[in-house]
Amino acid sequence: MAGSTLHDGLTPLNAAPTQTSDDAHGYYTLGEKIVDPVAPTGPIAQRWTTRKFENRLVNPANRRKLNIIIVGTGLAGAAAAATLGEGGYNVKSFCYQDSPRRAHSIAAQGGINAAKNYKEDGDSVFRLFYDTVKGGDYRSRESNVYRLAEVSTNIIDQCVAQGVPFARDYGGLLDNRSFGGVQVSRTFYARGQTGQQLLIGAYQAMERQVAAGTVTQYTRHEMLELIVKDGKARGIIARDLVTGEIETHLADAVVLASGGYGNVFYLSTNAMGSNVTAAWRAHRKGAYMANPCFTQIHPTCIPVSGEHQSKLTLMSESLRNDGRIWVPKRAEDCEKDPRDIPEEDRDYYLERIYPSFGNLVPRDIASRQAKNVCDEGRGVGPMVGDFRRGVYLDFSDAIKRLGEPAIREKYDNLFDMYQRITGENPYEVPMRIYPAVHYVMGGLWVDYHLQSNIPGLFVTGEANFSDHGANRLGASALMQGLADGYFVLPNTIREYLADGPFAPVSEDDGAVVEAREAVRSRVERFLSINGTRSPDSFHKELGHIMWEYCGMERTEPGLRKAIDMIRELKREFWNDLKVLGTADSLNQSLEKAGRVADFIELGELMCVDALNRRESCGGHFRGESQTEDGEALRHDDEFAYVAAWEWGGDEGQPVLHKEDLVYTAIEMKQRSYK
Amino acid sequence: MIGTMNLTLKIWRQPHAEAQGGMREYQVSGISEDMSFLEMLDILNEQLQEQGEEPVAFDHDCREGICGSCSLMINGQAHGPEVTTSCQLHMRSFKDGDTITIEPWRSEAFPVVKDLVVNRSAFDRIIQSGGYISANTGSAPEANSVPAPREKAMRAFNVATCIGCGACVAACPNGSASLFLGAKITHLGELPQGQPERYERIVDMVAQHDAEGFGGCTNIGECAAACPKGIPLDVISQLNKDLRTAIKAGR
Repeated sequence: MAGSTLHDGLTPLNAAPTQTSDDAHGYYTLGEKIVDPVAPTGPIAQRWTTRKFENRLVNPANRRKLNIIIVGTGLAGAAAAATLGEGGYNVKSFCYQDSPRRAHSIAAQGGINAAKNYKEDGDSVFRLFYDTVKGGDYRSRESNVYRLAEVSTNIIDQCVAQGVPFARDYGGLLDNRSFGGVQVSRTFYARGQTGQQLLIGAYQAMERQVAAGTVTQYTRHEMLELIVKDGKARGIIARDLVTGEIETHLADAVVLASGGYGNVFYLSTNAMGSNVTAAWRAHRKGAYMANPCFTQIHPTCIPVSGEHQSKLTLMSESLRNDGRIWVPKRAEDCEKDPRDIPEEDRDYYLERIYPSFGNLVPRDIASRQAKNVCDEGRGVGPMVGDFRRGVYLDFSDAIKRLGEPAIREKYDNLFDMYQRITGENPYEVPMRIYPAVHYVMGGLWVDYHLQSNIPGLFVTGEANFSDHGANRLGASALMQGLADGYFVLPNTIREYLADGPFAPVSEDDGAVVEAREAVRSRVERFLSINGTRSPDSFHKELGHIMWEYCGMERTEPGLRKAIDMIRELKREFWNDLKVLGTADSLNQSLEKAGRVADFIELGELMCVDALNRRESCGGHFRGESQTEDGEALRHDDEFAYVAAWEWGGDEGQPVLHKEDLVYTAIEMKQRSYK
Repeated sequence: MIGTMNLTLKIWRQPHAEAQGGMREYQVSGISEDMSFLEMLDILNEQLQEQGEEPVAFDHDCREGICGSCSLMINGQAHGPEVTTSCQLHMRSFKDGDTITIEPWRSEAFPVVKDLVVNRSAFDRIIQSGGYISANTGSAPEANSVPAPREKAMRAFNVATCIGCGACVAACPNGSASLFLGAKITHLGELPQGQPERYERIVDMVAQHDAEGFGGCTNIGECAAACPKGIPLDVISQLNKDLRTAIKAGR
């Protein structure tokens, strides 16, 4: 474990990779290697403290003259808006929802990790760091992850001070539980609604700043273009979704906290409105998109019930702490009432294959094994397409051991939700679960300061690629969103803003006019194609392609096929789209059309990235790269790098920039949960 | 899977805030009982799109009952016949041949934006008036330095599950937001961290509530019956109690 790999943290422990395979040949251009220009050095435990000191301060009197735009009001966006507002900066906050409180962080259920070691079970900042790097399959940056683990404890303090009602024990102190893939109890939670409680805390802190006049909120607004002037991000073009007005907002810095792009799969656990548009518009303006193929498929979602399905619902994987996962040993038992299947005819496959981690193996393993047993014909529940897509998550042992009230107290909202959706009572009949797209580790490339390669453009939370490598541990998304928003960004953006306020940009400036006109003409184009198909029908088709070929298992022929299909879909989209209504009113079809157009382009890049990465790591499983046991096989010799993609133009090819991942504090190991 | 239900929908259509609205009637068929209510509306909208009629606008986002976006009056009940959000209502609650009336939230403080979409920004302004604990980032003490009695923390959590959907207002004959307000007052008032601002908070928030045009509470209880998160009516008693204490103290 960690102890044996402790190191002075100064000399590299791994060599720079040399890629020999070239599966994506013909689909991309190889660009220059890149490095994080502000990567810290020195012993890992000192890096963040040192950097906070080195970064310049902004005179309090100057702060109100500095304008910061923040797009998105989830944990990363709302926390940043609140903190920067408290600091005295002039913040403009944008969200597409009718209130900042509705951002999709609200739906996170299970909890938030922090290295408090309240249980005295051997946890520490180093262990959280180590677990996160290992869980991410050694595809994240050491320094960033260490910082994340380090500030995790501050997050809990901050949230409690704001009135976040975490679960407590009988002495009134905070309670913890263990969570997917780790052996210490470091997860703080508020029943199954932790995301909601944390977001309400951040939202209230932000609203306090709205009242104080430091934050102005723009709800029902969607960012549709980034303004880049003299190489710097200087503002955005946003559409007022109610009036349709195209607005210009200028600033000294722009922060994208716009969330992840899991909806590229159409069916996912993301909110219906979650989209990639803000990030993709920035990408097309020059911001690199890093590791776009790194997608997390969550093992414990409610299975698809039919073609009408519009989204999938996750149930917290905290359920795996008490539920046991199984399928019948024999395919012929799959139609039976599960309660009639005796113990000896059940295959508790995770406990069987991974005796030490059992049902708590990381998400990607749990997901892939569920798919494997269903592919073998041992799935349960209704037939969807040509096979049953579901496995049992059974609480009967836990109910026997702990009693129904104890289970109810932990999970009642999840059980209620399950019953509402499926019509089945999980206290009596085992739940059925199946994997679904849940989170993306990929996102816009950022440096240690969370700044993209466009100066003045910062990216936080799920929208950036930074901390989770190829796979995110449970209860770490909330941690990262709040770490970025409350503690990291406010301490890094000041280094940039110390040179501001920057020369004012006029609304008539060429760069601004161009961005505004681009938005206007795009909106007009959607409305004038006048074909036959709805934006939703294209989205659904894209989702099928992505799930089939760029989902849980990816192969070279599959990805090549997907790229061809997506290119054809793109042609059809721009020729056969039909959007009704007008540009100068609330028009949900028009909003959707813009998002689908961007998802289509992103989908192609994801496939190219997945094709290039001929290794399996974390959530990315390439059929061509597995061990004899069918486990993911990494190739550190070729792929220990971040793939940062540069937009190559509408007619051109994406340009791949590699950032080598260098480990100095811990050694890379092939992951094993056996 | 294709379902077997055929339904008649009567839906409020209103092109924009200033326009005159009215009920329109539509037919949908092939509805399955496993569909959510909003998936049924998706099918209607695809159908309208094919017929060249603009789809019905309605607010929705997470579709798992937690973001609070969805806001439909269904057959005169906020979020329809079950105690849940519109998005978590499933078609198994209806039967073949039913006529379903769908309207936006009905409240002066929530003006219609378009069709079934209303403007609930009044709720944000109520929170701005005091629905927070003032704790600047970085100023927090060690989390376990202040224990919070478990019972109180649990009550705080239970009422903090309010999703701000506005069903309470839509259901109330007076258009009062007392349940929403009481939930926030109780959430923050039950925690040790919420004590320093407790009485200023309530006075400011009640003043903002009234200024937004929400009505007064006359203890009818429709709000708690309609609340998809089961926020109990006693938060309004707490609200009144705290307000009385604050006023007595001359705040």
